[in-house]
Amino acid sequence: MNKSNDPFWWTLFGAGGALSAMLVPILLFLIGVATPLGWIDAPSYAAVSGLMLHPIVRIAAFSLISLSFFHWAHRFRFTLYDGLQLKHLFQLIAVICYGGALAGSIAAAYVIW
Amino acid sequence: MAYTLHHPKWHRDSKPIFWWVRNWASIAFILRELTSVAVAYFAVLLILVYRALQSGPEAWAALVSMLANPTMIAFHVFALCTLLYHSITWFNLSPKAIVIRLGRWRIPDLLIAGGNYAAWIFISAMIALAYVAS
Repeated sequence: MNKSNDPFWWTLFGAGGALSAMLVPILLFLIGVATPLGWIDAPSYAAVSGLMLHPIVRIAAFSLISLSFFHWAHRFRFTLYDGLQLKHLFQLIAVICYGGALAGSIAAAYVIW
Repeated sequence: MAYTLHHPKWHRDSKPIFWWVRNWASIAFILRELTSVAVAYFAVLLILVYRALQSGPEAWAALVSMLANPTMIAFHVFALCTLLYHSITWFNLSPKAIVIRLGRWRIPDLLIAGGNYAAWIFISAMIALAYVAS
């Protein structure tokens, strides 16, 4: 693998990887599988919004979303370089990946607050 | 007198685009890297959850019925498998990235990975309990 020497992007990648590895499987299982299949009673709008709009939960959700995007940006960038042999498009791919993660983070902040 | 530098042709590796299809290890590597797409997808889904919650009960009901669509459920089962692969490969690799020493004793890989799995199970159980109780 082409290891990046840039500790800044790697730190975001690592934080997003760890946070998403810990939190995302259970969240997707609850929201996307168990509740729609009726294994768990769907919580009411009031209950979900009360929980999700709590100030601390908003900050946590924003962190998870933003770091997940930066995790994706870093990994996907190197997958394009190595997997598809696109090293000559180095700058373009980096700008699209990290720019996409930044745009996604801004959109998340806008929607959450 | 004109002097021309000796300039041999550069050597370039020409690797085919699908070099990684040839063996299982590299397929597993590419699949592991592609789990990041599922991670980014979930981030988008979470933004949609917030947008629906901020818009009101009707928007929330619309999102809930969209999530109950069988195609969506099937897609989410697939995404969940991908995310489990991400978690497992991440926890197994983290001892390689985090080397903790207590004096001269290096904490063994198995203990760090085991700690990851224990934390994972605990956090997942806490989230599930909070969700079911709400």
